[in-house]
Amino acid sequence: MDLIVDGFRQAIALMLGLDRELLRVTWLSLQVSGSATFLSLLIGIPLGTFLALNRFPGRRLVISLVNTGMGLPPVVVGLFVTIMLWRNGPLGLLHLLYTPMAMVIAQCVIAAPIVTGLTLAAMQSLNPHLRLQLLALGASRWQMLWLLVQEARLPLLAAVMAGFGGVISEIGASMMVGGNILGQTRVLTTATVMETSKGNFALAIALSIVLLLLVYAINLVLTHIQQQGRVP
Amino acid sequence: MRTVLSILSLVAILASLTAACSAPQPTAASRPPTAAPPRPANPELILATTTSTQDSGLLDVLLPLFQQRTGYQVKPIAVGSGQAMVMGERGEADVLLVHAPDAERKFMADGHGTSRQLVMHNDFIIVGPTADPAMVKGAKTAGQALDKIAESRSLFLSRGDNSGTNQLELKLWKALGANPKGQPWYQETGQGMGATLNVASEKDGYTITDRATYLANKKYLTLGILVEGDKALLNVYHVIQVNPQKSVSINAAGARAFADFLVAPETQKIIGQFGADKLGSPLFFPDAGKEDEEVGG
Repeated sequence: MDLIVDGFRQAIALMLGLDRELLRVTWLSLQVSGSATFLSLLIGIPLGTFLALNRFPGRRLVISLVNTGMGLPPVVVGLFVTIMLWRNGPLGLLHLLYTPMAMVIAQCVIAAPIVTGLTLAAMQSLNPHLRLQLLALGASRWQMLWLLVQEARLPLLAAVMAGFGGVISEIGASMMVGGNILGQTRVLTTATVMETSKGNFALAIALSIVLLLLVYAINLVLTHIQQQGRVP
Repeated sequence: MRTVLSILSLVAILASLTAACSAPQPTAASRPPTAAPPRPANPELILATTTSTQDSGLLDVLLPLFQQRTGYQVKPIAVGSGQAMVMGERGEADVLLVHAPDAERKFMADGHGTSRQLVMHNDFIIVGPTADPAMVKGAKTAGQALDKIAESRSLFLSRGDNSGTNQLELKLWKALGANPKGQPWYQETGQGMGATLNVASEKDGYTITDRATYLANKKYLTLGILVEGDKALLNVYHVIQVNPQKSVSINAAGARAFADFLVAPETQKIIGQFGADKLGSPLFFPDAGKEDEEVGG
């Protein structure tokens, strides 16, 4: 129990003291996971919408693959991305292994199916007549899509939060493709695991607290957007 | 309209994060020196090393020094010795700092490395519950201690992860002619030293650990030092330069610079003093230039 109290104390001391290493690690966590989530939104929302609104042969198969992708173990993604990015691997000449970019790629692979799957469910749960009504009222295809996205704002923002939550907290892929290198690819989660293995439990708890506060702050903003204008 | 503005500002923030992310990351350790730092042709160097060297904090002291002096940007990847050597075999690392002498000799014999130099050593110790049911305390050799543990079928925790520590442990069992794998009292955690020590402490079991990790974790453990000082428990570190013929991306010049740095007298002095102030005794003993036999490597 005193360990947790110790951890809290250390967390407050580090944050108030604006500890350089803590700031750097936190900022990198935000950058990597933020970018990965952003990219996964660029892929996931259009793809999910497309799957929801269009019929084509093999659609059920694609949807079940997407849903499976939501449960993809991050460490498996990390392993495959590492093999791809190895020097002697297919994408080795990009020299991306052990850089933040590699972490963004791996995290994007993890988050994209989550965002796609939840967007798909969100768009499918809209009243099917709404689409026809919008078109009947003279909306262009893009206007119709934009209005549908607005209408599904609640579950779509839940998709964003799920995607972000999934990658800011993952360790396996980040550790493997990033290497947890001091000053280059160390993020909050990999630092926590390392400090735990070194026996610095109080510091590990402190880092966990910072991570939780970070995730809470982001989700506070997203929840505010999500819940805007809703009465209940 | 407000929704659109909120979403757009969020998108803008995320987009700027992406842009910032693709910009080259400055390294932690390089402070701008007063004179222009040397810039080697290929500044990136991948060092595959063990979790024990990273956890001890030694690399955090040595690497910034090396980077400042030579301009090489080192990427230390801390994995077990087993994985480090496979990375070397595949040409995915330029230089290795490992502590698994038998596997290293095979590595060199198979032609994967061009040079192997002794750097430093510390020692392993056998730790266990203070009640010591197997009556291991005071045993003269590690072999005797393990023999007693096997005979009394006392709980023993192994790392089971092909790390340098694990390989030494397995070597000791083999020397006894024992094969504890699969026995209910022999349990493998598959994890690093810190985690394994915690498991041993919680379950009142015996384990072999390097002294540094034990000392660093001591205040959370209920384990005591039972056997130490046997020559078979010496933990010897070598630096190996990977054979550049493995892959065109191998940074042979960087590997050589790093190896030279590690065995240089000045660096050896730093190694010898590392940790003395915090833990009472130094964590590593510098050995560059000595013969392997002198240190049991």
